[in-house]
Amino acid sequence: MTAPLPISLDVNGERIDAHVLPRLNLADFLREHLHLTGTHVGCEHGVCGACTIRVNGEIVRACLMLAVQADGSAVETIEGLSDSGEITDLQAAFRDRNALQCGYCTPGMLIAAQDLLKQNPEPSRDRIREHLSGNYCRCTGYQAIVDAVEATVRSRTGRAA
Amino acid sequence: MKASAFTYARPTSVADALGLLAAHGDNAKVLSGGQSLVPAMNLRLISPDLIVDIGGLAELRGIIVTGDVIRIGALTRHVDVLNSPEIAAYAPLLTEAVAHVAHPAIRNRGTIGGSLSHADPAAELPACMLALDATIVARGRNCERRIVAADFFRGIFQTALSADELLVAVELPRAQERSTYFFHEFTRRHGDYALAGLAAQALVEDGIFVDLRPALFAVGDCPVLAKAANTLVGVPITPKRLSEALAALAEELDPHTDQQATAAMRGHFAGLLLRRCVSALLGRPELSSNGRAA
Repeated sequence: MTAPLPISLDVNGERIDAHVLPRLNLADFLREHLHLTGTHVGCEHGVCGACTIRVNGEIVRACLMLAVQADGSAVETIEGLSDSGEITDLQAAFRDRNALQCGYCTPGMLIAAQDLLKQNPEPSRDRIREHLSGNYCRCTGYQAIVDAVEATVRSRTGRAA
Repeated sequence: MKASAFTYARPTSVADALGLLAAHGDNAKVLSGGQSLVPAMNLRLISPDLIVDIGGLAELRGIIVTGDVIRIGALTRHVDVLNSPEIAAYAPLLTEAVAHVAHPAIRNRGTIGGSLSHADPAAELPACMLALDATIVARGRNCERRIVAADFFRGIFQTALSADELLVAVELPRAQERSTYFFHEFTRRHGDYALAGLAAQALVEDGIFVDLRPALFAVGDCPVLAKAANTLVGVPITPKRLSEALAALAEELDPHTDQQATAAMRGHFAGLLLRRCVSALLGRPELSSNGRAA
């Protein structure tokens, strides 16, 4: 059974059938088999958050999940969130506030931020920092990222900055 | 890095899983949420031949309250514990502690059974099991064992589980109505492993501890119930008595040095934690300082 195993899953609304080796993690499956390279691979041991995606509506580390474990689940990547328009305003706020430089952490950061805003439409600055605490950014110093999320909170709740 | 190759099995019943473990012994590893196992495999710290993925065993998931016992299935995720009204009502220490376990994306996958059987000395949940006087339920092919938490954690990543047993649930006594709790940990950043931490469950009547169970973590090979706290039960707490207990605590601990903190620093934190725990539980802020000028 070190041979490829069949999996079926939904990725960004599209049904995918594939054969994967058990050792293949979900991040590498998305990037190398499906060419969805917006899911970034940083530390590969669950520390940096660059590979954050949604599985069945909840954020997870794609590097800490085997592709075979995703059999039967619904996966959403940054490409899906971006194309659907779900986070257009959040992305715009990141641009406006210079909340990214190299952009490596940005897909994971956006997905983690959107996860918070879905659960809590009006989080405090501390709450934003706490929810993003599992996502490393080595460029911005986080201040601008928290600003961008706060700006999105204000615009979504109808209180323009 | 990437995990090395392994054989993957997804049993459809606990009996199937136990059969695989019995057949493969130490060459097999149980995959639950994978939030500790997969990093260790990606870092090639371990390279099991067989992965037994128990993620599909729905019978191991969920929180059930029966009478005075809260039973938490091994596959119950940290996020489920965090959001459970039953846990918040009957074991609020756990609700508070689990919020300190890593980050949301990890809590969405990591499970209580996985954390306890992994037995990281710096993890929060093993210490909570000691403080709450939990019973760990382990199932083998022919029998089920019930192990009190104090006997379960044996050392760094070492537990009383044998290679052919599966941790299926933990059982907690329902907290008494007037019981209180304390949780605090020192970390470099939110969500990091603790440099030192303390989880405590207590019963206080008229300013006196009727019961006090402070469990320290990240100050030794496994979490420990502070024996020194026994001297604080049933007696009025004076600054002198507390200082004596803290001195006894320093004697009973044997903290380790690593790149995060020295043994002396961990020992210092342990004393601070017990002092703050006692002060907070008794509602006596004056006990939180050691009497010297700040």
